[in-house]
Amino acid sequence: MVDIAFGPERGKRPDLANNREAYMEMVRRKRMYGGLLLVIFVALMASGWMLADDRNAGGFWQGLHQVFEFPSEVFAEAWQKSANLPALFWKHLPALIETLNIAAVATLIGALAAMALSLLATRGLARWPRMIPVFRRTMDALRAVPEIVIALVLIYILGGGPVPAVIAIALHTGGALGKLFSEVAENADLKPVEGLASVGANWSQRMWLGVIPQVAPNWLSYALLRFEINVRASAILGFVGEGGIGHDLKLAMQWGQGRYDQVVAIFLLLFLAIVAIDRVSDHYRHKLVKGH
Amino acid sequence: MTATLAPTLADTVTRGFARKRRMAFAIPAAILAYLVYAAISFDVASLVQRARFDNAAILLSDFWSHKTHVTRDNRTGKLTVAIEGESKGTYPPGMLPDWVSVSGNVTTIDLGTGHVVTYDDAGARMVVPGYGTIDIRPDGDKPVLTAPEPIPDWIAVAENRIGVTTPAGRFTYTRSKVETFRYQAGWELWFFTLDSPFYGKGFGELVALTTTGDRIDPLRSNLGYMVSEFWTNRMWRHGDVVWAIFETILMAFLGTMAAAIVALPLSFLAARNFMPLGPLRFAARRVFDFIRGVDGLIWTIILSRAFGPGPMTGAIAIAITDTGTFGKTFSEALENIDEKQVEGVRSTGANGLLRARFGVIPQITPVLLSQVLYYLESNTRSATVIGAIVGGGIGLLLTQAIITQKDWEEVAYYMVLIILMVMLMDSLSGWLRKKLIKGE
Repeated sequence: MVDIAFGPERGKRPDLANNREAYMEMVRRKRMYGGLLLVIFVALMASGWMLADDRNAGGFWQGLHQVFEFPSEVFAEAWQKSANLPALFWKHLPALIETLNIAAVATLIGALAAMALSLLATRGLARWPRMIPVFRRTMDALRAVPEIVIALVLIYILGGGPVPAVIAIALHTGGALGKLFSEVAENADLKPVEGLASVGANWSQRMWLGVIPQVAPNWLSYALLRFEINVRASAILGFVGEGGIGHDLKLAMQWGQGRYDQVVAIFLLLFLAIVAIDRVSDHYRHKLVKGH
Repeated sequence: MTATLAPTLADTVTRGFARKRRMAFAIPAAILAYLVYAAISFDVASLVQRARFDNAAILLSDFWSHKTHVTRDNRTGKLTVAIEGESKGTYPPGMLPDWVSVSGNVTTIDLGTGHVVTYDDAGARMVVPGYGTIDIRPDGDKPVLTAPEPIPDWIAVAENRIGVTTPAGRFTYTRSKVETFRYQAGWELWFFTLDSPFYGKGFGELVALTTTGDRIDPLRSNLGYMVSEFWTNRMWRHGDVVWAIFETILMAFLGTMAAAIVALPLSFLAARNFMPLGPLRFAARRVFDFIRGVDGLIWTIILSRAFGPGPMTGAIAIAITDTGTFGKTFSEALENIDEKQVEGVRSTGANGLLRARFGVIPQITPVLLSQVLYYLESNTRSATVIGAIVGGGIGLLLTQAIITQKDWEEVAYYMVLIILMVMLMDSLSGWLRKKLIKGE
């Protein structure tokens, strides 16, 4: 028995009679492994940065002192034309609202899809238990596709506008939230579900009345977090594809000098919107999860 | 006692139910109203008219098939056969696919299922089974069509151009040239291009060449030659694609790790239990908020102005953005640690650094690692998007392929690779998380 517990090799057994020695031995080995990992990590980082620097168009050291050149140039011009800013805010507000709408609609549709997918993919709750792996793999695939891929392909088919971005973000959100929702639903108490089943409730009634009230706070909190992420994604998709404040920013940037006041106005709008949304969603998430 | 309580209790419960019932209708109604507003503001109605479903058809067919162009220049009589009509996919002189045959000035193209196209001096003919022969001859400047009446709608007749679309292939005749497209399943030239000595060889033949065959190029082995032909395939550019994928993963790795290394010490400044100085803590938190608020998009734009396009720019952009996120989550984790272990380490006379190393870090390591690994996976996806903006990695290749609007098979290839890459990083980070946090 002892042999099985400590392994077949005699040499590897800790010498329990001299426990101080055994402990120091263990610590030394742990430190050695830790040190080795650290060396490998540092080597990876160093060679990685060197390689990345090598393949970059401009070098790191040449670029470093230019980092603030462009922002200062932009802000200097905007400062001269600061009288224009309120009007520009007003002008670009509809684009900001469009970006927020894209994120909100996509989060809403994605969350609704994730609700259905997650319940169908949770052990103990699924409508068709045999189909659980199918729904799980569906969510994995939805999560794996970057938004930009779907958005660009849809722009080609549907033409420009916000709808390709909405579909792209909604699909990704469905996959990402579905996984988180399903993790929450796994921990749900099954007693209400059994109670409802005993009075003859069908599957959707069991889910709606037995599971959803339990998981709603956590689900809402995840959905709010996702909304924050989706606002950023929607701005980026606007920049790469079409629609929303990202697109306005791209146009103003492409114009370059002379429209830097617009760049600053858009930047400030986006910044304030993101900070405000982060704040509000943080507050409500704390309230939802911790109950105060 | 219960008699006095009952009415109020019943009242409360009834009121509660009434409120719940109202909410049950109000929330779906609000969601619906919002979606209707969004549909109107997004102009969904006109979208249906603008949508180009023919583009979708091209895209889908390109995803799994390729087309070969057989073109004759009507002025010079020169015949070219090219895959996707690209110069990179042109058959060299003396080489033709087996469904095209040339004898003298007559070219016969067998499109399969009885569809045969013939180019000759007088013009061009297409035989369509179940319909008849479509005969086109030039009369002066204009092509003249002779075909069984009535002309069906899959034959498009315009002044200077006649086009025929059949399931087997497309055929167009203009004054300057006559062209036939044949669609076939698969991604052609994926392994070797037409100019490669290995083109068109079966798997068995290739194995025989590597093991027993004579050297095609006396300077190197057949296997090495084969690998280099595959790697430098001009049509699919496998070498460039592998580099691009590597660059994308590199961006994600360097960015995430650099962000974690920078954010860890800074997060001590923003944690209430480690930073007694209020103003400094406040400042550190606002710095994190600012970094997160400015957003990756803006950082990427600013950095690509300074450093030019490339993977390092993307890595720095990811690093800066995530420093804000990590700073926030790490400082929250620091505020939630158990003080007893720090006390224990302090009782041995350890200074601040040692207390942090042995009392704090072991406690937050699981949170830290799982955050870093989660972001490593998520950043692989972001690196694709950032690559499209800064011009590096697979994101750049993808956007370039989409912008040209014709190489959809390449788009499909990149999409498959991106999805595989993200799934690989997902399972890698999941595996590492299990290994490192739960201890195997």
